Amino acid sequence: MKRLRLPRSPKVLVGLVIEFCFLILTVIGPWVAPYNPSYNGFLQNLPPSSKHWLGTTALGEDIFSQLLNGARATIVVAVVAGLVATLIAVVVGVSAGYLGGRADDGLSMLSNVFLAIPGLPLLIVLDSYLPQADRSNSLILGLVIALTGWAWGARVLRAQTMSLRNRDFVEASRIIGESRTRIMAVEIAPNLLPILASSLLFTILYSIGAYVTLAYIGLTSTSVWNWGTMMFWAQANNAPLVNQWWWFVPPGVCIALVGAGLALINFGIDEFINPRLREAGLTSKVLRRSGLSRQVRLGVTPVLRATSSPRRISRALQAGAQR
Amino acid sequence: MRVIGRRLLLYVVTAWVAITVNFVIPRLMPGNPIQTMIGKLTNQVTPQEIQAIRSAFGVGLSQNWWTQYWHYLGQLVHGNLGVSITLSTPVTTVLGSAIPWTVGLIGIATLVSFVLGTVSGALLGWTRGSHLDNLIPVATFFQAVPYFFLGTVAFLVFSNHLGWFPGQGAYSLSLTPGLHWSYIASVIRYGELPAFTIILSSIAGWMLGMRNMMITTVGEDYVLMAVAKGLPRRRVIWHAARNAVLPSIANLSLAIGLVVSGALLVELVFNYPGVGDLLFHAVANEDYPLIQGIFLVITLCVLAANFLADLVYFALDPRTRTPAVV
Repeated sequence: MKRLRLPRSPKVLVGLVIEFCFLILTVIGPWVAPYNPSYNGFLQNLPPSSKHWLGTTALGEDIFSQLLNGARATIVVAVVAGLVATLIAVVVGVSAGYLGGRADDGLSMLSNVFLAIPGLPLLIVLDSYLPQADRSNSLILGLVIALTGWAWGARVLRAQTMSLRNRDFVEASRIIGESRTRIMAVEIAPNLLPILASSLLFTILYSIGAYVTLAYIGLTSTSVWNWGTMMFWAQANNAPLVNQWWWFVPPGVCIALVGAGLALINFGIDEFINPRLREAGLTSKVLRRSGLSRQVRLGVTPVLRATSSPRRISRALQAGAQR
Repeated sequence: MRVIGRRLLLYVVTAWVAITVNFVIPRLMPGNPIQTMIGKLTNQVTPQEIQAIRSAFGVGLSQNWWTQYWHYLGQLVHGNLGVSITLSTPVTTVLGSAIPWTVGLIGIATLVSFVLGTVSGALLGWTRGSHLDNLIPVATFFQAVPYFFLGTVAFLVFSNHLGWFPGQGAYSLSLTPGLHWSYIASVIRYGELPAFTIILSSIAGWMLGMRNMMITTVGEDYVLMAVAKGLPRRRVIWHAARNAVLPSIANLSLAIGLVVSGALLVELVFNYPGVGDLLFHAVANEDYPLIQGIFLVITLCVLAANFLADLVYFALDPRTRTPAVV
């Protein structure tokens, strides 16, 4: 089994650094926040100052404290939803791909149905019927979001499982009499790891968007601070109309940063899965330095040229990765 | 033909699932929402209407679920989606006035975004490794921003601050709607910024998908062959791009749902009188019949769009027409 080693490109590095920072914020956010995010005794609508780094809301709350507190709810819900959705995707996708036949037809139909239904409207219908008490519960919200977001992962995993199913090593374990469950869990699952990782990141990305959107239209409890709730209140108080950018811009930028970070890491995984993309990341400068040339802009799969030695190629790839 | 039949079957099943979800969810959830709804109703409407709502949501009915379900399906076939609580008008009437706006705005914006994104993605894939690759992280950032946030910022900067675009709404309120030029011009003018927002947020997805497919396609032997034959570069790019675009079109079914979901919120930011804005108000007022009607209509529209995309795909890719590749 090959280990999942991300190419060390600057893209992946930046992505990892961003995610790490926000992960720390998730843990320590509520402790380092200067004020209680719901305390509303400050002067109202203050612009940013040294006392209130991001100003105050129309109700007199400290925006910076809300931002720090909001990280936790947003990221916890997204991770819960991402994990649950990926679990469903693995069960459905791997079984469909490995079992084939009727089981595949049924399970594929199920995931295709969930792919075709637009996620957000379904999410709104489900969420609008939740009792008020459940709308502040991260676990329940995560589960509901997972229910609408697993299908894409299942489809990708099914395709990969189908291509693995007939490989020699799987055939061999079948012949020596390994059980179906064991083949799925021990032979096939490890080889799905890169795709699994990519689908997990994708689902977390989707879940952040879904959760924040629900909060923005007021479908989550307004007593739990998250980045979507902040934007809900900003919009409700016409902050965009009166130029209070410090109220609605910071949460949006945070969401975008977390999302972009995840997408950047995903690039790394994509390049790991698809060698041609890895080769595409090499600039002509790097190639020249390693003594390779690329006259035509055609990528014959990873710079495989009859005239260049394999060692040169791997050196070029490394140089590209460290760039 | 068989392939088309299979896709059609999928969409029929999906529509059925959406309808059934609409039927089951209110009955599964604890009584509160429906009680609040009826509580709201008593001040405003006639007892007959209360009775209609009760039967639509299965409150206090002696019939079993099966009978109720058939009744519900029968109502749907007759185009009866119930009565909006807050507006006291049939849901179909409310939706009828909102749908053209949404289909116009989101439909055109999505189409433009797909075409622009695919073309630029093909060029990015061809010139990979050049400085143009620096566009990718930028595009990713825009992809990760929620649509409604980008809409808010765009509105603030371009409309409110710079005054390049008119304010909220779908047309200048000083005009009376009708088929005359000043009204149409106003509609286009007011639609520009919302459409621009949708294009900006959705273009990255098409672009990156196309770029990656293009890179993979360019490595194929037939592209090498085209270069070896000495075809002009433009012909070669066209050759590769035509093949690389197929997965993009095949993935439209996933993407349309996502794009529409995001784009609905752009309407909210711009106070655009479409389905998204309606959905927001329905949610805020706990107008359950309206929420469900909107869900159903959006789903059906997305399914129809998917089916169109499938037909285009079948027309473009001859392999799908041979039954062996099912």
